[in-house]
Amino acid sequence: MSADMSEETTSGQAHDAAGPPESVVDAAAAAAVAPTSAVAAEARDDLSQVEPVVGAPKPDAILVADDVVRRFGGMTAVDVEHLEVQRGAITALIGPNGAGKTTFFNLLTGFDTPESGRWSFEGKSLAGKSGARVAQSGMVRTFQLTKALSRLTVLQNMLLASPKNPGERFWLSWLPFTWQAHEKEATEKAMEILARFKLDAKADDFAGSLSGGQRKLLEMARALMTDPTMIMLDEPMAGVNPALVQSLLGHVQALRDEGMTVLFVEHDMHAVRHISDWVVVMAEGRIVAEGPPATVMQDQAVVDAYLGAHHDTDLGDDSLLDPEILARLEAEEEKR
Amino acid sequence: MTTDRPTRAIALRRTVAALAIALAPAVLASPPAQAAPGADAAHTSSAATSTTATRLATDVATDCKPDDSTACVAVVVMNDAGDRIADAEVTITGPGGFDETVTTTADAPASVAVPEVGRYTLTLDPASLPAGEQLPDGASTELQVTAQTGGTGRAAFQVGGEAVAPESPSAEATTTAPGGDEGTDAGTGTTTEGDGVATAPEGDASERAFSWGQVWQQFGSGIRFGLLLALASIGLNLVFGTTGMSNFAHGEQFALGAALGFIAINQMGMSIWVGGLLTIAVCALTGVAQDAAIWRPLRRRGTPVMQLMIVSIGLSITLQYVIQLLIGGGSERILSANPRPLTLLGITLSTTSWISMAVALVCLIGFALFLTRTRLGRATRAVSDNPALASATGIDPDKVVRVVWILATAFAALAGLMWGISFGSFNWQLGVQLLLLMFAAVTLGGLGTAFGALVGSILIGLVVELSNLVIQSDLRYASALVILILVLLIRPQGILGRRERIG
Amino acid sequence: MDEFLRILTQSLAELIAPTTAAYALAAIGLNLHFGYTGLLNMGQAGFMLLGAYGFGIATIAGAPFFLALLVALVAGLIFALLLGIPTLQLRGDYLAIVTISAAEIIRWIGRSTWLQEWTGGASGLQGRNYKGTFQDLSPLPDGRTVIGPLEYINTGSDSWWTRIFAWGVVALALLFVWLVTRSPWGRVLKGIREDEDAVRALGKNVYSYKLQSLVLGGMLGALGGVLYVLPITIAPDAMGRTMTFFVWTVLLLGGAATVFGPVLGAMIFFGAYMFMRTGMRALSENTGVGDVISTTNVEQIGGMLVGITLMLLVIFRPQGILGNKKELAFNVR
Ligand SMILES: Nc1ncnc2c1ncn2[C@@H]1O[C@H](COP(=O)(O)OP(=O)(O)OP(=O)(O)O)[C@@H](O)[C@H]1O
Ligand SMILES: [Mg+2]
Repeated sequence: MSADMSEETTSGQAHDAAGPPESVVDAAAAAAVAPTSAVAAEARDDLSQVEPVVGAPKPDAILVADDVVRRFGGMTAVDVEHLEVQRGAITALIGPNGAGKTTFFNLLTGFDTPESGRWSFEGKSLAGKSGARVAQSGMVRTFQLTKALSRLTVLQNMLLASPKNPGERFWLSWLPFTWQAHEKEATEKAMEILARFKLDAKADDFAGSLSGGQRKLLEMARALMTDPTMIMLDEPMAGVNPALVQSLLGHVQALRDEGMTVLFVEHDMHAVRHISDWVVVMAEGRIVAEGPPATVMQDQAVVDAYLGAHHDTDLGDDSLLDPEILARLEAEEEKR
Repeated sequence: MTTDRPTRAIALRRTVAALAIALAPAVLASPPAQAAPGADAAHTSSAATSTTATRLATDVATDCKPDDSTACVAVVVMNDAGDRIADAEVTITGPGGFDETVTTTADAPASVAVPEVGRYTLTLDPASLPAGEQLPDGASTELQVTAQTGGTGRAAFQVGGEAVAPESPSAEATTTAPGGDEGTDAGTGTTTEGDGVATAPEGDASERAFSWGQVWQQFGSGIRFGLLLALASIGLNLVFGTTGMSNFAHGEQFALGAALGFIAINQMGMSIWVGGLLTIAVCALTGVAQDAAIWRPLRRRGTPVMQLMIVSIGLSITLQYVIQLLIGGGSERILSANPRPLTLLGITLSTTSWISMAVALVCLIGFALFLTRTRLGRATRAVSDNPALASATGIDPDKVVRVVWILATAFAALAGLMWGISFGSFNWQLGVQLLLLMFAAVTLGGLGTAFGALVGSILIGLVVELSNLVIQSDLRYASALVILILVLLIRPQGILGRRERIG
Repeated sequence: MDEFLRILTQSLAELIAPTTAAYALAAIGLNLHFGYTGLLNMGQAGFMLLGAYGFGIATIAGAPFFLALLVALVAGLIFALLLGIPTLQLRGDYLAIVTISAAEIIRWIGRSTWLQEWTGGASGLQGRNYKGTFQDLSPLPDGRTVIGPLEYINTGSDSWWTRIFAWGVVALALLFVWLVTRSPWGRVLKGIREDEDAVRALGKNVYSYKLQSLVLGGMLGALGGVLYVLPITIAPDAMGRTMTFFVWTVLLLGGAATVFGPVLGAMIFFGAYMFMRTGMRALSENTGVGDVISTTNVEQIGGMLVGITLMLLVIFRPQGILGNKKELAFNVR
């Protein structure tokens, strides 16, 4: 990447900070412009110093991955040479369908095993660790296809996530007095989180009865019950109605402001542009660009990956929302 | 519950039948499921029989040692205490006008070398038996064995009336024995699960000198077993691939082929081709019918595959008893004529076995061509790969699945039919017995992969037959299942399978 | 009319028969596996047979009653570990295939000549050889007792003592299952049943929980096997696949994932099974029906009806008698 790109970075951020809110989404974003937590502020500060090149080292990286390769048959689904994720920031992972984002998530969180690769979380290597161990170490994920535990109530879903519950040990399970205190505490905490996600009224319903969007919320809420240091969300806004998207975005930012690190996959470019501090772009398994949102959206490699070669459109451009324009772009692409 | 107890006559008949069945397959490639039908498993009549038979297997015949060029026939006569009776005269007759009379001894089976492989008839002379040890009422004085080079065909006559349960105090006799308790139900021969695997078929390691010729012969048997198993398990795999269901009733489809073949050919006297084709047609119809009546509606309702699997278990139980109603609790064989042995490449198998292997091979190749070369076949593979995508590209999955059911049941029926013809006797439990081996084969090859079933089946066939050389033959099916578990440990997706997607 | 009363009494007696208790206990174990954890154990009869062998062989070797019981439990435990360690990491159907196979292996080994010295081969172990220690424990006086239409000796094979002991064990198992399944531990099991990846993503060691469930349910199965053979003999062929399938029918009839489902299921199943068989037999012996259905066919028709019942049950009332229809509405997988 060239020098003028880094100029773009700063100007992009300036726009973000100063520009008047244009929509509900922007309102939420604007509300969180000034991070409340020291960690978050520091993270933003740190990131503004980072050069937006692929594999750029971060001042305070919580997650570092090297040479992670996963193949399916002959197809290389993931081939990430180097990636660092900044602590206390919101990092978005974007890329067209089939880029390998979910697969990369699976690898990092121990749900799939790569052909090769090393990665560490908070300085400790996680390669070869099971999904459960990864979660225990503080890196908790959600799934693109929601996994609500249907025949458990919403509250049970939450309580299940509570860490270090003595009653989950078999030897103590039949002695209720050994775990009731923990259970009571966990219930209070769960109700608090559910209230934040406006699910408290549903606490005693079966999770299977929730709507698709509510399940996404429940899954996030459940992940939060585990007190993670880093939360990895796979398309948290997919299938969620715009009003909910707004509140979700608010939640994600609130998490960051509490000092949590967020890595999320998302296709909604507006959401990405407005809440993320850093954007990583994948295409065909590789990381093709990274940088602050405004810079990345205009990066030629990124635009190419999404829309085909030779467009100088900004991906965050509202005009891309217009189906007519999109159709025209696609038609042009076909002609080439 | 006293009403459940068999009448004396039935018990006697069953005892004798059990005895005959336990020994019938003595040499001919040992079917997996020649259960002692109606054997009083808990109350010993057949149990005693099978133990007797196995004890025989471990003794070495005195007069005749089987080797690569010699075949033996051995016989004992025993009383109900399991002791051998001396000085009984048994006449052995067989191919080539063979006719010889042997006299039994109390310490070893009387055996004789026979000049030709083939089926021999042993006739016991009741007059030579001691006064107190006569044959039970209605018991046949004849038994048949098949002699093969390198092995001993064995027969045992049991005399001295009904085997009495050593322990049946009145309190026990009235014990209600629900469900699985074969003990009390056994008189009617319904729920017994004896497999007769303990009946020492086709020589085992303990009495057979190891030789490469033997390994080669067992290799041939293994290929035969594997080919038939492959034919049978293709359907299991296809159904799994296209609908995601492990069909526990598939074994019964196989057994149905053998049972209907038996009815058409033996009982109704049709020729083997007409009867065979009719059997396959009827079985294919059962496939269409069950898809239309059970599986399609359930798929429409979006029933989880786990529930489908339990439905198939219900169907399996139902079909088992239907088959039992059709052919009874006894052990049957299709074409009871003596098999003509044929040696090819140094492997001696019955002619019908060779024909069966050829038919199986042709079918397998035809099926492979169908999958790779025809529109419908490619559609089948597409549905196996990704049903949603396939239906989005204009393939009608319902139609494909219907074809799959027809193929699955027809192939299973054909395999069952050929099993009944070339593997000796079978009974109503053939299905479940083989189902386990099919599952093992399919899992080994990789669940849901079209050609995995073939590879896995051949492997299982070889393991089963070759393990005969090193372990007790009554445990050879166990060896196949042990292999299955080991492979799962090392390569869970099977040999040709691939890992599935998460998240 | 007398005949009818006799059939009714027999069917009623079946409700509290020791074998019913044995099946109930095995189904309670299976309920832990399938109802709560979603494990497809198709080899519960293998656990039962192993438990029976463990108990019988230990007793014959001279062990006192409770030690023999412990041996049975340990046999179940080891078997569960052997099966679970390789397969619980795999997809569910692998466990089904491996368990059904392993149960058959146990039976084949049991009936083979290899260990005949211990297992008695295909004829199994005679009851009189291992019942002594159990019957010596009986606190009941000698003689017979009549309660309503039921009359049994106090101590013996088919006795009140066997019934009291068997149902006592079932009651304890119920209490135990009731306690553990409503604890956080049970909640993790239920979570695994719904979606094990989700539970794994929350930092739970799913594998270990599945193993615990398999072991516990397997030990209950082994205990069920002991109950099963206390009034009769240890016969490997009586404890094969059919037994496993009957345990499944019992569980699904009563209602999986309910505490009392297995017990209710066992009682109804065996009561009805007995009623149907004795009824049909009586009809066949005493009326014109006999021309169409011979007494032999009664057994076969009975077996067919069990199969059909299982199918209809799973299709039309998968939640069983006690289950909650509402829960099942979300059972989309
Ligand atoms: N288990 C698997 N077997 C074979 N191919 C797979 C498997 N899992 C993923 N793939 C392939 O890997 C590639 C990357 O898939 P992945 O799900 O990671 O994409 P993604 O970036 O998450 O896409 P989306 O934005 O649509 O969610 C795809 O081409 C997919 O087909
Ligand atoms: Mg994805």
